[in-house]
Amino acid sequence: MELFGIFFAAFLINNILLIRFIALCSFFGVSTKIDTAIGMSSAVVFVMTISSAMSWIVYHAVLSPLHLEFLRTAIFILVIASLVQLEELYMKKMVPNLYKAMGIYLPLITTNCAILAVAFLAIDYKYNFIQSMVYSVGVSFGYSLAIILFAYIRERMALALIPKWFQGYPIAFITAALMSLAFLGFTGMFGL
Amino acid sequence: MSLWQDFNAGIVKENPVLRIMIGLCPVLAVSTNAINALGMSLAVAFVLIGSNLVVAAIRKIIPDQIRIPIFIIIISTFVTVCDYIMQAYFPALYTSLGVFVPLIVVNCIILGRAEAFAYKNPVLNSVLDGVGMSLGFTLALVSIGMIREFLGMGAVFGHQLINPAATALLMILPPGAFLTIGFLMAGLNKLENKVQ
Repeated sequence: MELFGIFFAAFLINNILLIRFIALCSFFGVSTKIDTAIGMSSAVVFVMTISSAMSWIVYHAVLSPLHLEFLRTAIFILVIASLVQLEELYMKKMVPNLYKAMGIYLPLITTNCAILAVAFLAIDYKYNFIQSMVYSVGVSFGYSLAIILFAYIRERMALALIPKWFQGYPIAFITAALMSLAFLGFTGMFGL
Repeated sequence: MSLWQDFNAGIVKENPVLRIMIGLCPVLAVSTNAINALGMSLAVAFVLIGSNLVVAAIRKIIPDQIRIPIFIIIISTFVTVCDYIMQAYFPALYTSLGVFVPLIVVNCIILGRAEAFAYKNPVLNSVLDGVGMSLGFTLALVSIGMIREFLGMGAVFGHQLINPAATALLMILPPGAFLTIGFLMAGLNKLENKVQ
């Protein structure tokens, strides 16, 4: 039940894009087409799960015993950047089909702040290993849900009549406001 | 003249937030009131000016192939310093900014300026570019913060101006951030069109 609570809170109630405002650059950047949104979210699910496991291990097995917690910002970003490189090499060699599908989105992930944020938050919340895994899966599913829904709406919006000043980004922000309002409705569900 | 241009570009013409649309996460998340917005802007300004200065100073000895990891190390050093200074001297502000202080390290404005400007230009120009960009960022962030604080709580910088019962709480909740920036951009588009 506790794990379900962590998952559900990360997935909907504290949705990383619409409620916590992390990784918004990618939210507006890659959501103009459904295909790119799906590619980006599958890459995020994949990298976020592995990198939060790695950063949890590095923090609790190396930094914490050596009292080097102040290095966490620098170390985490290096862990994530090198992990992305390794994953890219591995996938290119072992699962070329998946690599083709995720393609250019993998390197872009290094600058996706959601990955780093999840690593920090799992430590701030003092989660154990299993809890932080469940948390990162919940966050990445929430990311995918929000960005794919947003891409569907934006594809439809391309055909709509929009006042001249609102075309492009302004209307996208207002759409995001309405989606965020809808996600706010999950607050308090299951007593979370 | 060129120094002035480097300084000026970031404020309006290439305003990082409202024009180039980078570094959005902290803008939306911490703009619930003007004081948080100002604190975040100062933190970003410190990191941006510092990293521009260091990158420009050592740009001749950075090997081209590994420049990005080097930039990231320089930036994360400044972020860690900033993180600890805030924790020590401004604990209340630090708590309300939360995870967004360490996240300055992946703020696209800072890496973007290191790569696009400081790596190619002398120290003085780079520092001025950092100051200009920070001012542009501050301007956008504080104005969004003021609008949201006024509409959501009826106050500006914590001074109560109108009865809080008459305000729209929605504006300090997450949707209000998206709404404010959407309307602000539409307004800028209209203004720009008029000027031309």
